[in-house]
Amino acid sequence: MDAIQMNLLEQVSGLHEVPEGAYNIRANGEKAGRNTTANIDIVTKEDKPGIDIIIKPGTKNESVHIPVVLSQSGLKEMVYNDFYIGEGADVTIVAGCGIHNSGDADSEHDGIHSFFVGKNAKVKYIEKHYGEGDGKGSRILNPQTIVNMEEGSYMEMDTVQIKGVDSTERVTKAKIDKDATLIIKEKIMTHGTQVAKTDFEVELNGENASTHVISRSVAKDKSSQVFLSSVNGNNKCHGHTECDAIIMDEAKVSAIPKINANHIDAGLIHEAAIGKIAGEQLMKLMTLGLTEAEAEAQIINGFLK
Amino acid sequence: MLELQNISLTVSDDIDENKEILKNVNLKIEDRFVAITGPNGGGKSTLAKVIAGIRKPSSGKILLDGVDITDMSITERAKLGVSFAFQQPVRFKGITVKDLIRLASGKNLTTAQACEYLSEVGLCARDYIEREVNGSLSGGELKRIEIAMIIARGTKLSIFDEPEAGIDLWSFQNLIQVFEKMYQDINGTILIISHQERILNIADKIVVMANGEVADMGAKSEILPELLKGSAGCRFYKGGC
Repeated sequence: MDAIQMNLLEQVSGLHEVPEGAYNIRANGEKAGRNTTANIDIVTKEDKPGIDIIIKPGTKNESVHIPVVLSQSGLKEMVYNDFYIGEGADVTIVAGCGIHNSGDADSEHDGIHSFFVGKNAKVKYIEKHYGEGDGKGSRILNPQTIVNMEEGSYMEMDTVQIKGVDSTERVTKAKIDKDATLIIKEKIMTHGTQVAKTDFEVELNGENASTHVISRSVAKDKSSQVFLSSVNGNNKCHGHTECDAIIMDEAKVSAIPKINANHIDAGLIHEAAIGKIAGEQLMKLMTLGLTEAEAEAQIINGFLK
Repeated sequence: MLELQNISLTVSDDIDENKEILKNVNLKIEDRFVAITGPNGGGKSTLAKVIAGIRKPSSGKILLDGVDITDMSITERAKLGVSFAFQQPVRFKGITVKDLIRLASGKNLTTAQACEYLSEVGLCARDYIEREVNGSLSGGELKRIEIAMIIARGTKLSIFDEPEAGIDLWSFQNLIQVFEKMYQDINGTILIISHQERILNIADKIVVMANGEVADMGAKSEILPELLKGSAGCRFYKGGC
C-alpha cells in the first residue's frame, strides 16, 4: 500500500501497521492483505465480490479488522461481507472505509454487511467512514447492515462519519430474538453540500428483546440530513430511539420516527431534538477566554465524542 | 481596579418602551471582596453581565485597571482577566468536568491537577472528573463546578452571580468555607452578588442596589447592621413601603 492508502487506513481503523489477529484489507477493489487465526476464518466469496468471516463458537477476546480504502478516482464497487458469529463468542469487529478522490470522477463504495449473531454471542462492531482529496469527483458511501440476532445475543454497533463523505445512505435492518439486545450509536457530521440519510428498521421479535438507537449529528453549511427510524415491537420488548441534532448555517435536518407496537407488552420510546447551539453555551465558553469559533468547535467536539 | 462610570441600560418590553434596568450606576471596586446585594429585580445580575460583556450598556464606560473595556467582547474581557460564574450553570452534552476545568485553566492539566480544583469546592474529585456536564448532575454539583472553573482561571476579577442559589443548607456551609479560603488565596478582586448574610459578612465592602441604582454602599461594618435591622430593607424599595 502507498502513503495515501496508509493514511486512509489510519483514519478509518486507527491502524499504523498490520493489525494483530484476523484481518482483511481491501485496497482499490483488490485484496491487500489477510490473516486468519485458529478461531477466525476469512474466505473470499466465489459468486460475488466480498468475504465470509466465520468466527468459531466460544471464541473470546479476539478481534477482526476489515478496512477498505479507495484512492483510485472513478472506482465504484459493491461488496458483500457476511459475518457468522458462533454461539457464545465474544469479539470485536472493526470495519471502515476511507476514500481519497483527487480526480473528477465519482468514487463509490457500497457495502452490504450481514451479521448472523449466534446464541449468547457478544459483538462490538465499529464502523468509521472518512473521505478526503481535492478532486471534483464525489466520495460516496452507501453501507447496508443486516443484523440477525439469536436468543440471548448482544451487539453494539458504533458508526462514525465525521469528515469528507459527500453522499451517504445508510440502511440498517435488524431482527432480534428472545432476550437479545442491539445497541446502535451513530455519529455524523456533514458540511459543504453533503447529504446523509440514515434509515434504521428494527424488528423486536422475541420476548424481552431490546434495542437502543442513539444518533447524534451536526449539520453545517448547506448540508442536509435525514434520520428515519422504525421500531416494531412484536412481543414483550423494549425499544428506545434517540435522535439529537445540532443544526448550523443553512443546513437542513429531518427526523422521522416511527414506533409500532404490535403487542400489549411492547414498550417503545422515541425522542428527537433538533436545534442550534444554545447561546448560553457559547457565552459560557467565551467567558473562559475562547473565541466564538473556538467555543463552537469545543461544543461540537464534545457532542460527537 | 474596576470602575463603572454612568452605566445605564434601557430596554423595551411589552409594558414599557423605555424600561431602565440600570440607571446611571457609578462604582469603583478596589477592595478584595465586594458584595452586591439588594432586592430581586434591582439590577444586580444585569450589572454583573454588563461587566462580563454579556450585556451591552446603553451608555456609560467600564474601565479595568484604567483600560476602557466597554466595547470589548466577552472573550477579550476574559483574556484581560474577567471571570464570571453564572447563576444558572450551563449544561453541555458530551463535555466533561475535566474538559471544562482544562479550558478554564487554559493549560493542559493532568487529571490530578484538575482534581485539585474540584477538591477545593468540596467535590470528591475522582467521582466527577470524567462526568459529562449534563442533566445528570444536580444543581448544587453544577454550581460547585462553576466555582471550580473560576478558581482554575485565577484571574484578577472574579464575579459570582448568586453562588448560593440552588444550593442546599449542608452544601452552603461548605460554600462559605470555599469563599473564605478564596479570600485568603486569590490574587485579585472577588465581586459577589448575594442575599446571604454569611457571605456578606466576609465582604470588605457592600453595595446595595435597588431599582437599577446604587442605593447605598460602604464598608461592611456600616452597611450590614443596617441591612439586618428588620425594616432596613424598606429604605431600598423606593415607593414600595
